[in-house]
Amino acid sequence: MVRNLLLAAAGITLLSLPLWGTAFMQRSVVEFLYFLTLAIAWNVMAGYAGLVSIGQQAFVGIGAYALVVFSEDLGINPFLTIPLAALVAVAAALPASWVLFRLRGAYFAVATWVVAEVFRLLVNASIDWLGGGRGRAVRGLMQFDRHLREDITYYVALGLAGLTLFGAIWLLRSGTGLGLMALRDSESGAESVGVKTKRTKRTVYLFAAAAAGAAGALIYIMQVNVRPDAAFSINWAAYVIFIVVIGGIGTIEGPIIGTLIFLVLREALSDLEGWSMLIFGIVAIAMMLFAPRGVWGLIADRWPGGGLFPIRRTMPERLKAKE
Amino acid sequence: MILISTLVNGVLLGGFYALLGLGLSLTFGIMRTVNLAHGDLVVLASFLALAIADYIGLSPIASSLLLVPFMFALGYALQSVVLNRRLKDGMMPAVIITFGLAFVIQNGLLITFSADRAVLRQGAIETAGITLMPGLTIGLLPVVTFAVVLLLLGGLHLLFTRTLIGRAFRATSDDTQIAALMGIDPKHIYALAMGLACSIIAVTGILTGMRSNFSAFDGPIRLIFAFEVIIIGGMGSLYGVLAGGIILGLAQTIGGAINPTWFQLAGHVATLAVLMVRPSGLFPATIDRN
Repeated sequence: MVRNLLLAAAGITLLSLPLWGTAFMQRSVVEFLYFLTLAIAWNVMAGYAGLVSIGQQAFVGIGAYALVVFSEDLGINPFLTIPLAALVAVAAALPASWVLFRLRGAYFAVATWVVAEVFRLLVNASIDWLGGGRGRAVRGLMQFDRHLREDITYYVALGLAGLTLFGAIWLLRSGTGLGLMALRDSESGAESVGVKTKRTKRTVYLFAAAAAGAAGALIYIMQVNVRPDAAFSINWAAYVIFIVVIGGIGTIEGPIIGTLIFLVLREALSDLEGWSMLIFGIVAIAMMLFAPRGVWGLIADRWPGGGLFPIRRTMPERLKAKE
Repeated sequence: MILISTLVNGVLLGGFYALLGLGLSLTFGIMRTVNLAHGDLVVLASFLALAIADYIGLSPIASSLLLVPFMFALGYALQSVVLNRRLKDGMMPAVIITFGLAFVIQNGLLITFSADRAVLRQGAIETAGITLMPGLTIGLLPVVTFAVVLLLLGGLHLLFTRTLIGRAFRATSDDTQIAALMGIDPKHIYALAMGLACSIIAVTGILTGMRSNFSAFDGPIRLIFAFEVIIIGGMGSLYGVLAGGIILGLAQTIGGAINPTWFQLAGHVATLAVLMVRPSGLFPATIDRN
């Protein structure tokens, strides 16, 4: 009951925000929403499937350049390019997964980064088409009145984050999710009880790529100028990893809390260039050492059975007694 | 002639990359964890050599007398104080801790040494060259680097095959639990291995700092090259490191000779190509325990 009331209050607040909020608030919430989208996608991969990627910026960059190509070269409405960006990201992720899934653990992690670098260098080398190192601007946005553009951006961001959140919950509650958690605990064990490990991993990987691709297009609708070094920057992966580590790996609530903490911390440290990333690094190390399950892990320990989005299957009480 | 000089330069560049990969290969081979701060530790070593040259007045090569023991202690402390605490939880904690460490080192260097590019000056050796035949001159520094790599590889080979501590390294790498039953303390061995890797990183930092200029954010690209060396060469193999370095160096110089913008791209593509054919590299010496 409390859970549903909380969710309803949050939903109404977010949906009505453009009616009463300031432009600054609206922009901040959009930023919160796209970081949340990236964080949920990374967390489903790393926290549930054990696929620790440090190359999700590949799909942010691909989404950003899908926005440029579809809206500038083909004249499609910039906001309609967002689902197309997700499709392009999936189309790029599929062949990448053939190479990456031959690797495990740390090998997989660094190889995802090499793949992202390949995309960055390919775009950098495309001076005629994609603008090379200088990048390109999204001029198609100028056709919209500023307020209309900001309101559409807001609701698109809300829709994307909502879709990703409930997509992740649905995925984790489905048979695929059960397979995932078995896979995380023991890959050979999961295989022996009939989990199609490759297919399960690929489903999650493609889901995360689609979310990151759509988020990439959305981010550059906000930022207008797309340059390869920024769009394919490892910082996208770094921020997301800090968010999930701070909030709690392998939980649905973790990324939400982590994104809030991250944005507040970043705002507080914004005057200290250099120091802010150093502090994020220290915080990530400290969390891993002293609270590996993140802030949400600490909360869940204190109030077991809580949580806004329960996805865990618990054993019925009558069976628990026999243990 | 262009062909021959491209090949010779590719092989010599491979010496640098082998050196870069050597330290990472040790941590990978013995601990089975990837040190994402590897490249940043190399850059840190370059900056420390610069600081030693500026404040104490030692030449970069002489600075290794201070830098190697210091980096050994740093590596030992990093493993025993930080990384050993999360050994049992698989590879994710180490990946995230070293990723955080990478950002700490990068921004620490940025704050301390500013964003300007720096270089280690070492007088004549930087520009000296050896003329092999008319039209083909190679730098003295790349040759010295290549010799250092061969010496380190030989030394490590002797360490691993002829000494008690080397046997303990191999035993811990093969089966930590049984090694522990035989009276080896795996945590101490891991810390020693990280110390050894960081000593090699000290040498790497000095030589790469003399070869090219460096700045606070050069670590990631150094890590990628080091990682590609061991992906091509195969985990845990000392000679794989040399082979991986040379293949990466050749791929880059040949790619760069065809089109200058393809220099890095050719190396990445070569790496991914090896991955497609042989996921555990060309000469794997240890199996993936996972």
